Amino acid sequence: MNVLVYLVPMALALGLTGLGAFLWSLRAGQYEDIDGAALRVLSDDDVT
Amino acid sequence: MVETTDLSTFVQHHKGVAHLELAVEGIGCAGCIGKIEGLLKQLPGVVDARLNFTNRRLAVDWRDGELGAADLIAALENIGYHAHPFQPERAETEEAEHMRWLVKCLGVSGFAAMNIMLLSVSVWSGHVTDMTQETRDFFHWLSALIALPAAAYAGQPFFQSAVRAIKARALNMDVPISLGVITALGMSLVETATHAEHAYFDSATMLLFFLLCGRTLDHAMRRKTRAVAGNLAALRADFAHRFDGSELVRVPAATLKIEDRLLVRPGDRVPADGVVLSGTSEIDESLVTGETTRRAVTAGATIHAGAVNFSGTLTMRVTAAGPGTLIDEVERLLKKAVTAKSRYVQLADRAARMYAPVVHATAALTLAGWFLAGASAHDAIVTAIAVLIITCPCALALAIPAVQVIASGALFRAGVIINSGDAIERFAEIDTIVFDKTGTLTLPEPRVANAAAIPSDLLEIAARLALSSRHPLAATVAREARGRLPVEGSIEEPGQGVRAMIGGTEARLGSPAFCGITKVESIGAGNSIIAFSHNGDRIVLSVRQTLRGDAIKTAVGLRALGLQLMILSGDRAAAVLPVASALGVADWKGGLNPAEKIAEIEALKAQGRRVLMVGDGINDAPALAAAHASLSPISAADLTQAQADAVFLGEPLAPVLDAVTIARQARGLMQQNLWLAVIYNAIAVPIAILGYATPLVAAAAMSGSSILVTLNALRVGARKRTAAQLAPKQLASVTAS
Repeated sequence: MNVLVYLVPMALALGLTGLGAFLWSLRAGQYEDIDGAALRVLSDDDVT
Repeated sequence: MVETTDLSTFVQHHKGVAHLELAVEGIGCAGCIGKIEGLLKQLPGVVDARLNFTNRRLAVDWRDGELGAADLIAALENIGYHAHPFQPERAETEEAEHMRWLVKCLGVSGFAAMNIMLLSVSVWSGHVTDMTQETRDFFHWLSALIALPAAAYAGQPFFQSAVRAIKARALNMDVPISLGVITALGMSLVETATHAEHAYFDSATMLLFFLLCGRTLDHAMRRKTRAVAGNLAALRADFAHRFDGSELVRVPAATLKIEDRLLVRPGDRVPADGVVLSGTSEIDESLVTGETTRRAVTAGATIHAGAVNFSGTLTMRVTAAGPGTLIDEVERLLKKAVTAKSRYVQLADRAARMYAPVVHATAALTLAGWFLAGASAHDAIVTAIAVLIITCPCALALAIPAVQVIASGALFRAGVIINSGDAIERFAEIDTIVFDKTGTLTLPEPRVANAAAIPSDLLEIAARLALSSRHPLAATVAREARGRLPVEGSIEEPGQGVRAMIGGTEARLGSPAFCGITKVESIGAGNSIIAFSHNGDRIVLSVRQTLRGDAIKTAVGLRALGLQLMILSGDRAAAVLPVASALGVADWKGGLNPAEKIAEIEALKAQGRRVLMVGDGINDAPALAAAHASLSPISAADLTQAQADAVFLGEPLAPVLDAVTIARQARGLMQQNLWLAVIYNAIAVPIAILGYATPLVAAAAMSGSSILVTLNALRVGARKRTAAQLAPKQLASVTAS
């Protein structure tokens, strides 16, 4: 069961990373314009 | 006189950068994003332009002083997009904040539920294999470490609402939810500390996660409809022409103040209540009083916001609604109707009021029962809490919101935008529909009544010629045009009509005399005529209010649902009769003032009827507020729309039928879902009372029942496809195109 010593922190760290990424994407406004993002990816002339 | 447009109220300034939000019409495809943003970013001074395709809003930032807001709108106009300055309502901003918070809570509870479930599955498999007590305790402590902070954060929406309800000495669904979550966590903590076998951290967090899913979806749907409603309001916003000294400035009507002097041209809507200073004209007050005959006004006459100036240019002074005016009367009645309206108790709250006492009594009886049967205090308490956990109304709390989300989506597709949360339930309960006539059963704008009798090529030329005139009658004729290109080189003769050379000969549109017609048959009140001549052809177009195209079909459909129809109009009885007989409505009254309309509704209510009022005029507003449920066309006056539970879009009357059908179906499914939740409890509670509700059983039962009610809710859309199929086009015309 010594394997738990590093498996458990690793699982928690991975979970927290996922949560952190989600909260970051929320703050960065990634969910503000869901339909627009789907269309913007199609146009290739807005690469600046 | 050169006129400037003053949009400064819409522009926000921050550190030398001006910011403006615009609602944009006509966005339909990916290309529009690039076109609009590309154009604006090329303009000198523009720092950033970002189009939100989801809610069709454009945010522009530019360096202060280098550009005017009106320049941006003009630039967009040039490439074919109509943009309307937009100021988000405070309610909408607050809702956006609330939504972000809910999604954060959802994220936290999702993370917690997934991680704890991972640990719980290990513990459950450990029961049948060789897990030691130390490992199990370790996993339980780990679960507690995740669950407690997560629940403290993600449970806030429920805890806060529960506290508010208790403070108001009421019960809502959040009270049993909060109680269930808190007792589950508390008991699990005690159990973990005493090295017990079962802990319910997973149940508590999963419950929060499921409930937050439902609540977030509910909120997202409401935000979507509110965004569309906000855009529509920006599209409709009136502008006024105000005298600033000797200059004429175009300003948003919302910024007008008392004593402002305004110019009202023919074809303009009167932007505020006031008194005519000079000029004579006829005004069409159908949106104010329902009366279709125009009223002649001269200096000194009182005019109301919402009336359309018909023939002459007027100058007016803005006044507050003085005592004794119609608006004053309407506002007084409105206040009375709103205060008299008892607060409607939603189905969910009624269910909670029955549910909570029963469940809590059951838990108490379980405790007493086990105690009397000789169990230890610990076992009795654990079993009683297990009852609370397993009955924690996961399915019950999802039963109604799930249906509401799907139903408001179906209504949205049918062109009905819901204003108030409990509107769907109230729509389902109505048994009588009272219609206003003008603008509700009839189209809000008059139409050319004899269009079918006129050769189509002639009508097309007349319509294109009409495009270059501002006269309201010409605007009606212009609506018949297939193309949107006005005739070049047209000349408007004030008070007579418009003429232009078409194909080498002169075409004229205007008064019969202007077009060389000397004898005109007499026309009824409320009808108008406009003449057209070209190449020796002379025609007389008759303009009047016409019924909405599908009004008769809709009336038949509504009657088939067992609803009784009535018409209460502010217009003359002679004008109401033909409409009533065409629709086969025997119960009708004309010439009613707002107080009489309210009295009629109150009389119906006294008979025990539940009335749906459909109306658009300012005179209908008090009646809308007094009725059990209310609906307005999108063309309704602002004051009226604010009272309506829902607004419908487009020309057809079918959304009224759809609203009732979808609402009834939705209520049926809500009740079915409540029964499903009751059946679930009937099975789960005995198991818990007997002490078999292990965390594994709780997890399976909760998710199973939640998924079941959600799937059941999805059926609202499924059966309603046929009616909804017609609608996307109309909806697209205001949202997408």
